[in-house]
Amino acid sequence: MTTTALMFLAVITVIMAVVVWWLVRQTLDVKPWVEQRPLANDRGGDGFSLPPVKVGLGVFLAVATSLFVLSISAYLMRMEGADWRPLTQPMVLWFNTAMLVFGSVFFQRARNAAKSGQIDGVRLGLFAGGVCTLVFLAGQLLAWQQLNTAGHFLATNPANAFFYLLTALHGLHLLGGLWVWAKTAVKLQRGAAVHEVRLSVELCTVYWHFLLVVWLVLFGLLLFT
Amino acid sequence: MSYVAHDASDYAPPAEVGEMELYHPKTFIGKYIWSQDAKVIAIQYSITAIGIGLVALVLSWLMRLQLGFPNSFSFIDPSNYLQMVTMHGMIMVIFLLTALFLGGFGNYLIPLMVGARDMVFPYVNMLSYWVYLFSVLLLIASFFVPGGPTGAGWTLYPPQAILPGTPGATWGIILMLVALAVFIVGFTMGGLNYIVTVLQARTRGMTLMRMPLTVWGIFIASILAMLAFPALFVSAIMMILDYTLGTSFFMPGIVSMGQQLDYGGGSPVLFQHLFWFFGHPEVYIVALPAFGIVSDLISVNARRHIFGYRMMVWAIVAIGGLSFVVWAHHMYVSGMNPYFGFFFAITTLIIAVPTALKVYNWVLTLWRGNIRLNVPMLFAIGFIFTFIHGGLTGIFLGNVSVSVPLSDTMFVVAHFHMVMAVAPIMVVMGAIYHWYPKMTGRMLNDSLGKFHFWVTFLGSYAIYLPMHYIGFLGVPRRYYAMGNTYFVPESVQSLNAAITIAALIVGVVQLVFLYNLVWSYFKGKPSGSNPWEATTLEWQTADTPPKHGNFGKELPVVYRWAYDYSVPGADKDFIPQNVPPGPTTAGLEPTQS
Repeated sequence: MTTTALMFLAVITVIMAVVVWWLVRQTLDVKPWVEQRPLANDRGGDGFSLPPVKVGLGVFLAVATSLFVLSISAYLMRMEGADWRPLTQPMVLWFNTAMLVFGSVFFQRARNAAKSGQIDGVRLGLFAGGVCTLVFLAGQLLAWQQLNTAGHFLATNPANAFFYLLTALHGLHLLGGLWVWAKTAVKLQRGAAVHEVRLSVELCTVYWHFLLVVWLVLFGLLLFT
Repeated sequence: MSYVAHDASDYAPPAEVGEMELYHPKTFIGKYIWSQDAKVIAIQYSITAIGIGLVALVLSWLMRLQLGFPNSFSFIDPSNYLQMVTMHGMIMVIFLLTALFLGGFGNYLIPLMVGARDMVFPYVNMLSYWVYLFSVLLLIASFFVPGGPTGAGWTLYPPQAILPGTPGATWGIILMLVALAVFIVGFTMGGLNYIVTVLQARTRGMTLMRMPLTVWGIFIASILAMLAFPALFVSAIMMILDYTLGTSFFMPGIVSMGQQLDYGGGSPVLFQHLFWFFGHPEVYIVALPAFGIVSDLISVNARRHIFGYRMMVWAIVAIGGLSFVVWAHHMYVSGMNPYFGFFFAITTLIIAVPTALKVYNWVLTLWRGNIRLNVPMLFAIGFIFTFIHGGLTGIFLGNVSVSVPLSDTMFVVAHFHMVMAVAPIMVVMGAIYHWYPKMTGRMLNDSLGKFHFWVTFLGSYAIYLPMHYIGFLGVPRRYYAMGNTYFVPESVQSLNAAITIAALIVGVVQLVFLYNLVWSYFKGKPSGSNPWEATTLEWQTADTPPKHGNFGKELPVVYRWAYDYSVPGADKDFIPQNVPPGPTTAGLEPTQS
């Protein structure tokens, strides 16, 4: 319990340090009551003039990070209970992990193609990335089914309950991503030009990388505990 | 350094992003129901929040009736009583205060104050309101299901929250947990807007350090909410699973009504950690917007710049950061490691430092100000009083050795009502009196307002001062009746009766306020565009109330901070933020350095 809480406090401290560092960069030390000079240049060029939706995604990723960090801390705290029986992970999870990695790689390729304006590359990357993700989700369902057949039900043990909960949370986030992916894909099918989908592709890519990292952390956690 | 001549526009840095395109609906429904205009959404949020808040107010009357005059009301039984306690608490904290400060004031004020046409994601913003409304309806539905709403206490501690025997353990608890989860989803949609709008949609010249403190308070509170609500979300999901599918996240092995249940090994303390990891920041999610708003009310009505603006901003940020490392001070009696208690007591006391700085700065802003004692100012000063009192008892309770004997007594109830109920409500009221003219174009009635203030302010003290004393005597909270308890003297009963009468009077006066809101909408004195002679952008709009798009053809350009009051040498005693430097603002010409 104590180590978990200490880890948790460390995570919070890091987040706070980032927030304060950012605020200091935002000319928080100016004197607004005397300063009437142009202030913008102090910010160091146009580094922050991102499209709002990118910043919005960043904020959402922060919320999702909080959600997963909290779930993981709950996992670690609950793990200390006497009734905890570690779960043998189904082998299919390795395959799924590979699929998700491929998904991320394909999204990255789509993004690169979008940057250099190659519509075919975007189409291919997006399509392959989406398929990999769908296979990943199907694989996760298969893992659930295998566990169920082996008698590892949700309520049998807290380790099982956490397994189902964490994979479900992660899967739902991917589903949300797939919704944006589907919208982008439909746009492409209807003959949208590269520049019209560039932002969506970029956002999807960032989101997929994020969810890959989350999955690697979750998978590592499930393997090593 | 040589002085280079500038033209006025030099003093305004460029905007973060260009003009935004707005969706302009044609129909009534598009304008006022499925509206994407932040101002309409704000009013929808406010009306819904105040509506559900009135339900919670009535619940508090019923509780007080029972406590003041036990055995007189046959329709209140112990189960009802616990249900009232629970619903009152949860509604007031989450569905009224959080929704009103962030969804209501946040939506109305952020775009207007930073000089934006609207929130950056208007569609998501609209969804946010409708999801919130859905969560409120779920909550209301729990009053009508078999077994009624949950009576688990607003903290919903397991295992009792989901065991048979607790009122509302059949349907009420599930509806409550689902309503909370839905609320959080809706809030996240809103929160995205509040944060990104402040970051990205500020107009030309509106640097972060020129933002009014109201925006700072709402901005940091939104960040807190986005990081803290996931804790409540996870715990709600986990408890739903414990209840419906029989997992044991929180449920220990337990014998209930003579039967061994299937649960085993779960940790109720885990729930407490998760709940309070959300629950403590929640205090500041409500308090920080209040801090910000009250700073502006005081500065406007004292006709002075806010004292220590930078310190105020830093204090808001510091309080926000610290609020994440104090949660376990709600759990001193949970059997935690004493070193933990030590750590959390220290952090709790540290948080008093930035908070006290803010109080000093408010008082110093008043010092030698040209004070206008209008209704918003009265409420602002009332806030300073009630907040200091509530804050001081917080320092008592932050210490483990004092907190342990006072835990679960009425002292705690008195403390958190002073600091978290009365103080923010003072700000809510002050803010409504302050911004109502902008929302409607009419002033609220002044005499009714003053009557409302004095009865509310004095009445709050009549309610909560004796409650501290009752708590000292050891009277426990959440009890339906005292029975024959040897350490509770007879006089407690008379005090309880007096508190109840005061509570009923304060409650009725809120109805006068509601009457004032409605009456003034039709008959109030026209306000003009800037009745308080304030500097911030929302008072400089072309129309009052502002139309969709807020600022007419051109967005305002900001040349100065929000607190240029009583500037020596200036024509008037206030210089709006969008007035360029020139002869009328001689006192503030840039000086060579």
